[in-house]
Amino acid sequence: MSVVTDQVDLSLKYTAHYNEVKNALFEDSAEVLNAQRKKAFQDFVKQGIPTRKDENYKYTNLQPSFATDFEFVHEKTVLATANEEVFKCDVPNLNTNLALIQNGWFRKDGKGDLPAGVIFDSLEKIANEKPELLAAYGSIANTEEDPMVALNTAFAKDGFFLYVPKGVIVESPIQIINILKNDVDTYATQRNYIYVEAGAKAQVLWCDHTLNSNQYLSNSVTEIFVGDNAEMEFYTVQNQHNKATNLNSVFVKQGRDSRATTHTTTLHGGMIRNNLKFMLDGENAEAHMYGMAFMDRKQHVDNFTQVIHAVPHCESNQLYKNVLDEQSSGAFSGRIHVVRDAQKTNAFQRNNNLLLTDEATMQTKPQLIIDADDVKCSHGATIGQIDEEALFYLRARGIDEDKARLMMMNAFTHEVVNEIKIEALRDRIDDLVDKRLSGDLARCHECDYQCECD
Amino acid sequence: MEEQDKILSEVTQSEYKYGFTTEIETDILEKGLNEDVIRLISAKKEEPEFMLNFRLDAYRKWLKMKMPNWAYLNIPAIDYQEISYYAAPKQQAKYSSLDEVDPELLDTFNKLGIPLDEQKQLAGVAVDAVIDSVSVKTTFKETLAEKGIIFCSFSEAVKEHPELVKKYLGQAVPVADNYFAALNSAVFSDGSFCYIPKGVRCPMELSTYFRINAANTGQFERTLIVADDDSYVSYLEGCTAPMRDENQLHAAVVEIIALDRAEVKYSTVQNWYPGDKNGKGGIYNFVTKRGICRGVSSKISWTQVETGSAITWKYPSCILMGDNSVGEFNSVAVTNNHQQADTGSKMIHIGKNTKSTIVSKGISAGKSDNSYRGLVKILPKATNSRNFSQCDSLLLNDTCGAHTFPYIEVQNKSSVVEHEATTSKIGEDQIFYCNQRGIDTETAIGMIVNGYAKEVLNKLPMEFAVEAQKLLQISLEGSVG
Repeated sequence: MSVVTDQVDLSLKYTAHYNEVKNALFEDSAEVLNAQRKKAFQDFVKQGIPTRKDENYKYTNLQPSFATDFEFVHEKTVLATANEEVFKCDVPNLNTNLALIQNGWFRKDGKGDLPAGVIFDSLEKIANEKPELLAAYGSIANTEEDPMVALNTAFAKDGFFLYVPKGVIVESPIQIINILKNDVDTYATQRNYIYVEAGAKAQVLWCDHTLNSNQYLSNSVTEIFVGDNAEMEFYTVQNQHNKATNLNSVFVKQGRDSRATTHTTTLHGGMIRNNLKFMLDGENAEAHMYGMAFMDRKQHVDNFTQVIHAVPHCESNQLYKNVLDEQSSGAFSGRIHVVRDAQKTNAFQRNNNLLLTDEATMQTKPQLIIDADDVKCSHGATIGQIDEEALFYLRARGIDEDKARLMMMNAFTHEVVNEIKIEALRDRIDDLVDKRLSGDLARCHECDYQCECD
Repeated sequence: MEEQDKILSEVTQSEYKYGFTTEIETDILEKGLNEDVIRLISAKKEEPEFMLNFRLDAYRKWLKMKMPNWAYLNIPAIDYQEISYYAAPKQQAKYSSLDEVDPELLDTFNKLGIPLDEQKQLAGVAVDAVIDSVSVKTTFKETLAEKGIIFCSFSEAVKEHPELVKKYLGQAVPVADNYFAALNSAVFSDGSFCYIPKGVRCPMELSTYFRINAANTGQFERTLIVADDDSYVSYLEGCTAPMRDENQLHAAVVEIIALDRAEVKYSTVQNWYPGDKNGKGGIYNFVTKRGICRGVSSKISWTQVETGSAITWKYPSCILMGDNSVGEFNSVAVTNNHQQADTGSKMIHIGKNTKSTIVSKGISAGKSDNSYRGLVKILPKATNSRNFSQCDSLLLNDTCGAHTFPYIEVQNKSSVVEHEATTSKIGEDQIFYCNQRGIDTETAIGMIVNGYAKEVLNKLPMEFAVEAQKLLQISLEGSVG
């Protein structure tokens, strides 16, 4: 990942490719998706691939990730994926409605028990058959603000679509297994939509995996609309190999009295950028953002969050923790924006980081932009190491140093693990975190093919 | 009752009390900026070759730079050719005693309450007064000279101690450090220079007083403080300007160099004219202040009370190079009406066991915007370093804004960095508590604000602390409602 590429404008490759496949793109996709395509592409050309000079990408250099000659997957191709590979993502004792996304293309195997009225299908299909559903909500993913969102919108053809009608409660979680597996180095695009109507409730679990050692760049955008008094929980587990780049943008818009939670567990991955933007658009809405990352080698994780308090009486809460080992690097950038007259806002943000080696680095940029006065807002950030005194306390009680360290790290991240509301998932993540910290998960989780993950 | 009303209306309407102008004959350079202007400034000041080269180098670099736009500020376009880069009180031949100083000028300083008169020993502060970029009078020079302390105007230092100036100028703030520093390096007209020799503890507070008087001029002064091994100095800076409808530019540079075990304490009470209630006029205060803790166990502390200026862009910083060195930043920034402030600090940890503390208290009222922007950077070799930052914002009404933009970058595991920020308004229960005890709302707010800022005000030297407290009250007058 140390290719010097500053001299070349890498976006040219993408521009050329767009022009090449433009006609096919427009012909193959539904009108509702094409509507944004042209403007999105222009926005991408305007902004280019971000460099570290861009304030929003100050701590994440995407240039090396884009240097590879990727193949684009514009057609749905079903590569054989053995069932046992999918089963690795299975959460024991959890009955889920399962779907598979491969290289950005949706595939559903029929398992599940969704209540009547709930639509869980491929975006391509919905865009063709029920475009009015998509048009009704519009888009909150602004292509002018982030070139990666623009690039996604320009190429987006498929992804998953979830619609939960008014008042419907989906009991068992919906699980999307997002796998990258192709014979060549691949650039994958996916666009996802989740609509949770008023008073409805849903839980979504999204697992990212790479299934072979080719290089991947996955650029996904997920838009989530949470209606009045609705409840939405969105869990992400990221577990990819060291040559994979994961650009993951999630946009959430909340109505009155709604509750939304996002929870991201980053176990493994070469370069991970999680964009998260919350629009609190109805009074008394509540938003929770949790994230934890465990990085080693030369891995990089960047959590970039924005919360916009557009109306009074809302509450937001962010908690992000990173454990950084070896030469890994982490970044956190959180922005709370309280718009004028959004009074009685409570907004909190915390970012704690543990550096395990002298080569590991952490950069954090918590920000508050407050234009209303009757608010309670705070942010806190710490970067440090394991408390020597606590370590001593444990060692004095006969616990050896390695074990004691592990206990401390576990305790450090447990605060985030605990926020998972699905019990079976919590146990599973707890177990995975345990393995990750003790080094059993140094390679991709339960990986039986030996990719050169360096 | 009538009496009380009168006092009240007087108090709430008292605005900027330093807004007078003085009729002094001034030597003003034509508006505009080019290499000839720089040569002319340098010639007027009878500077040696190296200074001219320094200026020209800075100017050429400045031409290639762009005005920074990353701050959370709305800065109207500045026409740098519409500013006069040199304005000095006329007949400024050397003053050896006060009798020779223009009485109008003395009057000005009396109005400002600055003890220029050496007889006022009681005040115990050595003052270097800078009016429209030229140092007018340095007091207590002889007393200081006995200890070997050099405290004089910058131009005097260039003439009398060129070797010191040459050695330290531009060390903390290189010529092309940023847009405004480069501009300052090219055109600065005067400022203060201070050198504390080895092992000397400066017996009194040193102080510079800045005043912009002439219209359409910019003030570009430069301060250089060098504290040699085991020395100590406490330095104060104050500033005022007349009320004018057009904006005036103030782009200063302050450099501090602390060698082994030296300690420098730099306090500022910034009270430039902030513009009127509608945001018309006022000073643009774009200042670069930086200290280098070059030596081991050295310490630099910045304390600032910022109440003036239409726009403030200012980040006093410490580069902690020496092992065990310490940096401190304490700030109270008040914005009212249409003022904008983007201020904070940078702490760059390079040496081992370095420590830094940032305490920033922002108070916003009126339609103002007040931002804290800071950087704490710990380099790989700065093991066992420690930083604690606390940024609190107080909002006094619903039309102002308070923003926090901290950047934290840590590159080793043994360092600990903590950052905390809160934003809130004065609690209704607190006001109620005061009202109940017969304290009216305005006074109560004044008390609460002062209590809130106390942590920083306590760090100021005594005379300044009193002035700063009064200033806080004046700045916030009329903001309750």
